Amino acid sequence: MADGQTNGKTPKLDKLDKGPWPSFVKEIKRAAEKNPMSKDLLGQLELSYEDKIGHWKHGGIVGVLGYGGGVIGRYSDVPEKFPNVAHFHTIRVNMPAGWFYTSDALRTLCDIWEKHGSGLTNMHGSTGDIVFLGTRTEQLEPIFSELTKEGFDLGGSGSDVRTPSACVGPARCEWACYDTLKLCYDLTMEYQDELHRPAFPYKFKFKCSGCPNDCVASVARSDMSIIGTWKDDIQVDQAAVKEYEDKGLNIQRDVCGNCPSKCMDWDGKTLEIDNRLCVRCMHCINAMPKALRPGKERGACLLLGSKAPIVEGAQLSSVLVPFMKMEPPYQELKDLCEKIWDLWCEEGKARERVGEFIQRVGLGNFLEAIEVEPSPYMIAHPRDNPYIFYEDYFEEGDEEDEDEDGDE
Amino acid sequence: MSEELTVEQVADAMFKMVKDAMGQKKLKPMDLQKAMIEYYGADKCDKKMCKAAIKSLIDSERCVYTYFGGSFIEIPHREGAAND
Repeated sequence: MADGQTNGKTPKLDKLDKGPWPSFVKEIKRAAEKNPMSKDLLGQLELSYEDKIGHWKHGGIVGVLGYGGGVIGRYSDVPEKFPNVAHFHTIRVNMPAGWFYTSDALRTLCDIWEKHGSGLTNMHGSTGDIVFLGTRTEQLEPIFSELTKEGFDLGGSGSDVRTPSACVGPARCEWACYDTLKLCYDLTMEYQDELHRPAFPYKFKFKCSGCPNDCVASVARSDMSIIGTWKDDIQVDQAAVKEYEDKGLNIQRDVCGNCPSKCMDWDGKTLEIDNRLCVRCMHCINAMPKALRPGKERGACLLLGSKAPIVEGAQLSSVLVPFMKMEPPYQELKDLCEKIWDLWCEEGKARERVGEFIQRVGLGNFLEAIEVEPSPYMIAHPRDNPYIFYEDYFEEGDEEDEDEDGDE
Repeated sequence: MSEELTVEQVADAMFKMVKDAMGQKKLKPMDLQKAMIEYYGADKCDKKMCKAAIKSLIDSERCVYTYFGGSFIEIPHREGAAND
């Protein structure tokens, strides 16, 4: 029987279908009206809630010819009860930069998926890919063939470059300090081999954010976070600042008072900003978007090393290059990435993310190996990184002199 | 003058290594690359050649990529988790 021992009844799932909120159960039930895989998925999930255990097994071999990523194998461990989800593989499809689609493109994707799979999708997965949930092994090649015919490709999975993702950037946002969409597309095309043929110790993610608001959360979710920033002064329209005050905004309290580096002051007429102290947090710009804008000399700050907890705990990215111009062909960025990969591939342990690798070998050694000069921008507070020594500042005999003087 | 090493020769050597290790150790692409460069010498065999050899092994279906917590290169086989 297709829906196994639950006999089509799903009392536990039904509780998640109540109320005015969107429900994944509601959507799976809709799909189940015309797709037996979705019907068995409901049955297996109900059983999981009964048994208080997941009933999936992880596959490790399924994929399409020539690719090492893009398909995540899943099998039911109760296939005799739910034969339609005996195979239930996930497919990651590389999304367009910034997640812009025509309605026609979405229909095309859905038609392919309804023909060959469960019809259920995640739009989008945490890597940003279009995620197709649930198909059989023999359907993988036909799906891949139809996707490529329509101009789509599979995304990354396993120990490879994961599908690069980007915020909507200059296409929809006035704060974009560089063209995130162009960079995302460029990286995707440049690193096709690294994306489809896993050769790294573990995954490597790029996320491109146009400004420090970081709408794709790259600082927390990507090994290399490319976050738009500016080098010169914040652009200020003093008349517009005054208008904000006239309309009731308490500038001293709500803008200056919340500035993390306390770099600004409002005397009721002029907003003074000490740009040397500004940490580009975007708070003041977000609070008064008509009056303040990022500076004119724009580019990106490169940060490295964030990850979710797997082998070790979660980490945020930290600054590697404080400012880099982001213009095609992005050679400086690519040269740096390749130096990082060479070192990490050579010395990294299996399942060790680049952030964990840096912690293991030490930031000083890592920077030396990739030929990047240490910079004060790499630390949050003075003396955070005591293992970096600026040898240039010391000459022979300096230490003795310091001892004799008894200071410094 | 010594004979020039070909991508297919490297692919054959990699295939043998994967086959010999089957059931004992899962090999990553980097393991194969390091072994080939050490065996043939960096003057004859470089990273680019190793990448081409791996591509040849996969495209010819002599080997497949697998995933068990990380990505590996193995001889095609029926996976334990598979349901018929």
